[in-house]
Amino acid sequence: MENLGQIAMQNVNMAAIMPSLVLSGFGMVLLLISVFSKRGRTAHVAWMSIVALVVTAIVTVSGWNNPQEGFAGSVILDNFAIFFSMIFIIAAVLTILISDSYLQREGYPVGEYYPLILFCTAGAMWMASGTDLMTIFLGLEVLSVSLYVLAGFFRGDVRSNEAGLKYFFLGAFSTGFLLYGIALLYGVSGSTKIAVIAQHVSQMPAIMENPMFIAGSILLLIGFLFKIGAAPFHMWAPDVYQGAPTPITAFMSAGPKAAALAALLRISIIGLGSIQADITALFWVLAVLTMIIGNFIALSQTNIKRMLAYSSIAHAGYAMVGIVAWNQIGLSAIMFYMLVYTFMNIGAFAVLVLAGKKGEENLTLEGFAGFGFKRPFLGVAMCIFLFALMGLPPTAGFTGKFFVFAGALKAGYVWLAIIGVLNSAVSLYYYLRVIVYMYFKDPQENFAWVKLEVPAVVSIVLALAGVLYLGIFPGPVMELAKMAGF
Amino acid sequence: MITVYHYLILSAIIFSIGTFGVLTRKNAIVIFMCIELMLNAVNLTFIALSRHLQNMDGQIFVFFVMTVAAAEAAVGLALMITFYRNRESIDSDDFNLLKW
Repeated sequence: MENLGQIAMQNVNMAAIMPSLVLSGFGMVLLLISVFSKRGRTAHVAWMSIVALVVTAIVTVSGWNNPQEGFAGSVILDNFAIFFSMIFIIAAVLTILISDSYLQREGYPVGEYYPLILFCTAGAMWMASGTDLMTIFLGLEVLSVSLYVLAGFFRGDVRSNEAGLKYFFLGAFSTGFLLYGIALLYGVSGSTKIAVIAQHVSQMPAIMENPMFIAGSILLLIGFLFKIGAAPFHMWAPDVYQGAPTPITAFMSAGPKAAALAALLRISIIGLGSIQADITALFWVLAVLTMIIGNFIALSQTNIKRMLAYSSIAHAGYAMVGIVAWNQIGLSAIMFYMLVYTFMNIGAFAVLVLAGKKGEENLTLEGFAGFGFKRPFLGVAMCIFLFALMGLPPTAGFTGKFFVFAGALKAGYVWLAIIGVLNSAVSLYYYLRVIVYMYFKDPQENFAWVKLEVPAVVSIVLALAGVLYLGIFPGPVMELAKMAGF
Repeated sequence: MITVYHYLILSAIIFSIGTFGVLTRKNAIVIFMCIELMLNAVNLTFIALSRHLQNMDGQIFVFFVMTVAAAEAAVGLALMITFYRNRESIDSDDFNLLKW
């Protein structure tokens, strides 16, 4: 028995899960703290969760260039996982900074909110570092279950209830597909480890013709496409994004989407590399479909939150172009793009959070008339974020898109790059329309309710710094992303 | 003689019934039961394959699936209760406030 114990301990290697361990530890302590704090007081929980995230960031970064494998090869903390973990941490920090005043305004100052974000981030980290489908599945569920709660967080608000329920049903439904896919792949290869599946297929190419393998791969991919909100599995995204509390919408469209992309990249490039031709063909079609559906439906939206939801679908399409490219530039471009997207998207949502009244009925184009002159700082910030989302230089949106399309061009997908650029041109219309309303329409209101809360302003300034820095000096971070590829 | 194929076919049928139910039923609780049916079909697949391959990974996976399904049930039913309190209905036709 002692021997068995030793063997098990050698395989464990806590260093491989240290960041998520620290984060979930903090999360549990903060849950207790929020239970014992006075009702309605949540600011201290918010600050402590920022501290938790900063500590986690330090732990995460300290593992750079020192890959740690643990738990008999089911998790690995390599540069890839670290880069994505940093994206999740940044998304969580920016979200928490905009949350506290928002929760007070909407009348739900409940402390559980912050630990749930921390658990969600920890789940995302497992997804990025999982090399076993079991780990990835568990990470996905930790992330999703926390998000179901967060999406339906406003108990008394029917729209939030509805968003939570819709997200829950479609999330659980897609989990069913994902699991069935995993089960079939397990049946073919005898293991749930990504590397073992890949090895098995490369040793016996006949497996590629096996219907169980084909069905398993397709079901697995469908499960992840649901999570990143790619067409034709995007139907839940606009509804959930619109109904959920705005900071959660911001978080959901950045962090968890990046997590699903990370897991998808690891599974498709390492695990299903043998059927590369089929996967790139499939993603070519889906990337184009996702970009077109996202951009064209966004054109007709008048609610800005919902418009940003459709734009988030379109941006998932741009990221998928990087998967189609299937080369080092494409891979590092996806990582870079998700980082950029985190800054610009959460920044834009942060402005919405500050601009909204209680209930957020005014977050429409009409409601933004004259906003730019009445609230100069927020107006300029919103313009920069929208320029970044459009992909105009010198913002990071341009460099991000540039790298993604460069990867596609290098792999010979000229038409894909052209369709992508044309789609960006279409997106100019609906982003610019917000700017037109902000600056060229007469104000209907005086926006006296807009208070520049310090944490939210810090979040906006950080996002602005990220968008401009990555836009003007993309080199260093892109180098890191290249080192993080596999 | 019952072979692994019988189990796989049975679980495929159960999975399809679950999927069909999710897509056609209106009552949220029934939809949720159909999702559970899908997950249990997956569990059956895992256990049959685990025995067929003489490999324990599949059975361990089933424990995780059951745990996760329990957590999802807790959260899902809570969400349904809050929705019911506000709308007095859990019919999926009443999930209609958010649309374009």
